[in-house]
Amino acid sequence: MQRGKFDMNPSEKKYSILESGLLNSFESSLSRSSNEITKVTEARMLAFEAFRKTGLPGRLNEKWRNSKFDQVSEQSYEVVSSKPTYTQKVNEIFQCSIHGFTTQVEALLNGWYYTSEKKTLRTMDNGVVIGSIQTAQKEVPELFERHFGKIAKYNLHGYSHINTAFFNDGLFIYVPDQVHVEESIQLIKMVNDTQKLMINSRNLVILGKNSHLSLMHCDDSVNHQSSMINTVTEIFIGENASLDLYKLQNINNHTFLINSTSVVQQRNSRLKVNVITLNGGAIRNELNVDLQGEGAEADLNGIYLMDKKQQVDNQVFVNHAVPNCNSSELFKGVLDDESSAIFNGFVLVGRDAQKTNAFQRNNNILMTSTAKVDTMPFLEIYADDVKCSHGATIGQLDHDALFYLMQRGICKRDARLLLMYAFAAEVADKIDIQPLRVSIEDMVKKRLRGELSICEKCVLHCSTPDIPMEFEIDMSKI
Amino acid sequence: MNEDKDQNNILEEVTSKEYQYGFYTNIEMDTAAVGLTEETIRFISAKKNEPEWLLEFRLKAFQHWLTIEEPTWAHLHHPPIKYQDIIYYAAPKKKKQLESLNEVDPELLDTFKKLGISLEEQKVLAGVAVDAVIDSVSVKTTFRETLSKHGIIFCSFSEAVQEYPELVKKYMGSVVPYRDNFFAALNSAVFSDGSFCYIPKGVHCPMELSTYFRINAANTGQFERTLLVADEDAYVSYLEGCTAPQRDENQLHAAIVEIIAEAGAEVKYSTVQNWYPGDKNGKGGIYNFVTKRGICKGDHSKISWTQVETGSAITWKYPSCILKGDHSIGEFYSVAVTNHYQQADTGTKMIHLGKNTKSTIISKGISAGFSNNSYRGMVRIAKKASNSRNFSQCDSLLLGSKCGAHTFPYINAGNETSVVEHEATTSKISEDQLFYCQQRGIDSEKAIGLIVNGYAKEVLNKLPMEFAVEAQKLLAITLEGSVG
Repeated sequence: MQRGKFDMNPSEKKYSILESGLLNSFESSLSRSSNEITKVTEARMLAFEAFRKTGLPGRLNEKWRNSKFDQVSEQSYEVVSSKPTYTQKVNEIFQCSIHGFTTQVEALLNGWYYTSEKKTLRTMDNGVVIGSIQTAQKEVPELFERHFGKIAKYNLHGYSHINTAFFNDGLFIYVPDQVHVEESIQLIKMVNDTQKLMINSRNLVILGKNSHLSLMHCDDSVNHQSSMINTVTEIFIGENASLDLYKLQNINNHTFLINSTSVVQQRNSRLKVNVITLNGGAIRNELNVDLQGEGAEADLNGIYLMDKKQQVDNQVFVNHAVPNCNSSELFKGVLDDESSAIFNGFVLVGRDAQKTNAFQRNNNILMTSTAKVDTMPFLEIYADDVKCSHGATIGQLDHDALFYLMQRGICKRDARLLLMYAFAAEVADKIDIQPLRVSIEDMVKKRLRGELSICEKCVLHCSTPDIPMEFEIDMSKI
Repeated sequence: MNEDKDQNNILEEVTSKEYQYGFYTNIEMDTAAVGLTEETIRFISAKKNEPEWLLEFRLKAFQHWLTIEEPTWAHLHHPPIKYQDIIYYAAPKKKKQLESLNEVDPELLDTFKKLGISLEEQKVLAGVAVDAVIDSVSVKTTFRETLSKHGIIFCSFSEAVQEYPELVKKYMGSVVPYRDNFFAALNSAVFSDGSFCYIPKGVHCPMELSTYFRINAANTGQFERTLLVADEDAYVSYLEGCTAPQRDENQLHAAIVEIIAEAGAEVKYSTVQNWYPGDKNGKGGIYNFVTKRGICKGDHSKISWTQVETGSAITWKYPSCILKGDHSIGEFYSVAVTNHYQQADTGTKMIHLGKNTKSTIISKGISAGFSNNSYRGMVRIAKKASNSRNFSQCDSLLLGSKCGAHTFPYINAGNETSVVEHEATTSKISEDQLFYCQQRGIDSEKAIGLIVNGYAKEVLNKLPMEFAVEAQKLLAITLEGSVG
C-alpha cells in the first residue's frame, strides 16, 4: 500500500476503513485536478490536513451522538470516480413534469456536471451564468474566488473537510444584480455506478442585488447501490435579493446522504427553505445561515416522514450577527417502524444583534414504540432586546380528534392518515409555487399511505431499490 | 402597610449591600496537607475513624478519578483548577460532643447571628431542626430527640457511618456511583462530612429539616455528601441553605446529594445557594460543581427539587430524577440569577423508566452584568416508560446588553404513548411593565426588583415560607447595581 506524502502516522490514531481509504486516495485525487486554480488546490490541501487531524466524527461528538453515520466509516467506498461520458440526454432519462410547473433542469451524474453541450458553463440571455463549478473557477475566477470556501465556515467536521479536499464537480449559478429568474432551476443529482461510490460534490450559488431565484435541489435519483453522498452547497444572497430553496430527498434505504448548505445573507435579503425528506437510509441535513446584513430574514422549514430503519438528522444553525433580523424554524416529522429523527436547532444571537426575532419549533409524532426522536433546540443569546423562543414536542396523534373522526364514519386508517396529513400540511403549505405545493402534498399523502412515492411521470426507478435497474426506461410512463 | 415597609427595606438593602455575608470566623483548624494523594485519603479516613469498606470505596473512587478528565462541555470558562493546591480536609479541633448551646464556640454562635439564623431563635421559631455544618464537620445537631421519637435518623454523615453502617452501605453510591462523573469521583474520594437522613416506613416528618453549609477556612475545598432515604410512604421536606464568607482565592466545592424515595414516599428538597460569587470584577468566588440526583425507586413515589441559585462564581449543577417506579413523579423548580461575571450552567435530568411517570420542569434564568446563565436539561423517555408525560418551561430574562442567556435542552423520546413538551422564551423586561411601574412613582431599580420577583414567583412559591423571604432578599441583593 502506497502512502501519500501526507503520512498518516498510524501509531497516533487508529483509522477506520473509510478514513484510511480517503487518506490513501488523496494524492491521486489531487493529481487529477492539477489544472485547478491555486486557490482551490490550497483549499484542498488545507481541508485534507484538517481532516487528517480530526478524522470522521464519531459518537463521542455531541452533534453526532445519535447519528447512524458511524456505520459509514466502516464501509469502503470508491472515492475517486471518473467523469462519465455523456450518452443519454438528461431529459431522456429524467422527467419531472409537475403539471403547470416547468423548470430548467441541471444534472449531476455521480457528482459530475452532466450536459449534452460542449460548453459546460453557459451565460443565459438575462445574464445568468450557470454550469459546472470546475469550469466556473477558470472562466469566472473573480466571482468564484470571492465566495468559494468563505461561506461554509460554520460547524465544519470531517465530512465537510473531505468534501473540500475531494469534490469532483458541482453546480455553479450566478444571478446578476436586478435579475429576477422566472423559471425555477432544478438540480438533479443522479447516481449510477456498479460500484459503491462516495460522491463529493460542491455547489456555489451567488445572487446579486435585488435578484430572485427559486432553486430545487433534488436528491432522489439514486440507483440501487448503497452510496455515500456528501454535498456542500454555498449560497450567497446579496442585498435585497431573495432565494427560495426546495430540497427534495427521496433515496433508497441504504444510501447515506449529507447535505450541508451554508448561506450568507446580506441586508434585507430573504431566504426560504423547505426540506422535504421522504425516504433514505440516513440523511443528515445541515443548514447554516449567517445573517450578516440588517433586515435579513430566514424562513426554514422541513417535513420528514420516515419508516423502516431510516434516520433523518436536521442540524440547523442560525447566526444572528447584526440587529433587526428575523429567523424562524419549523420542522415537523412522523416516525414509523424503527426509524429515528434528530433535530438540533441552534440560534446564536450575538452581542450586537438587538431587535432580533428568532423562533424555533420541532414537532414529532411517534407511531411505534421502536421509533425514536432526539431533539435539541438550543438558544445562545448575548443581546437583551430580543424575542427568542423555542418549542419542541414529541407525542402521538390526538386521541380525541381520532375518536371524533371515527364517530363520523371515517375508518381508523383514514382518520389516522387525515390527521397525519394535517400535521405535515402546516409545513407543505409554506411552499409558494402552487403546482409544486400540490405535487409535494400529493407525495406526502402517498408516502403516508405507504406507497412508493416516486415522482409522478419520473421514469427512473429510484425508489424501488430491490429491482436492480440501470436507468431503464419505464415504457408505461411515457 | 407593614408589608410595604418590608418590601422597601428589602429594596433598600438591594441598593446598598455588596455581599452581606462576607466575614471570617477564627476557629482553630485541623487540616490535611495540601494536595491529593492516596495518603490524603488515608489521612481523612483515619481522622474520621472510618471502617475498612469506606476507605476502600474512597480509594477506588480516587483510582478512577485519576483516569478521567475534567468535563469541558458546559458553557463555562474558568482558569484550570489546580487540584493539587487544595487542602482536602479541615475540621474544627473540638471533638467533644456538645449537649447544649453553651458549649458551642462563641465565635461560631456569632457567625450564626450575623447570618440571622441563631440556633436559639431557630429552636423557638417554626420548629426547624438545624444541623449546622461548619467546614465539613457537624458541630451541633438540634431536635435530635424530637426526631428520634418518630424513628427518624438525622445526623452527620460521619456519625451515620459509625452508628448505621448497614444503611449507609446499602444506599451510598447507589444513585450517584463514584464513576458517575469527574466531580462525583473526586467527592467520593475525599468527602469530609455531610448529612444523613432516614425516614422510616409510613412516617410523616413533623418538621422541616435544614442544614446550613458554610465554607469557612481559606483554601479548603468543601466536599459534602448528603444521603436522604425516605422509606415506604414516608414524607420529608429538606432545606439546604448556603452562604459563604468573602474571600479572594477561588474555592472549589464539589458536593454529592443522593435521594432515595421508596414506594409511596415523597421528598421535597429545597436549596438556597448563596456562596460567595466573586467581586464586581469577577475576582474570586466559589466554584460550585455539584452532583445531585434522586431516584423514585418505588411506585407512586415523588421527588421535588426547588433551587434558588444566586451565588458562586461558577455553578455546575443538575439536580436530577430517575423515575424508576411506575406512577412516580419528578419535579424541578429553579431560579438562577447571575450578575457581574458569574457563570451558571444548571438544569436537570428527568429519566423516565417506569410507566405513567410524570415530570415537570420550570426554570427561570435571570442574567445581568457580564454574566452567562445557561439552562441545560435532559428529558429521556425510555422505551418501556409508556404513558409518560413531561412538561418543561425554561424562561430567560436578560438585564443589560453585556450578559448572555442560553438554553440547551436535550429531549430523547423512545415511546409512542408518551408526551413531551418543551417551551422556552428569552426576552428582556418589557418596557411597558417598566413604564407602568415608573408612572406610579416606582423608580426603575425598584421596579426591576419587583418585576423580577414576580417573574420568579412561580418557583419561589414552592419554597417553604421562611426560605421564600430569604430567597427574595437574595434575588434583590444579587441584582444590585445591574441597572444602568
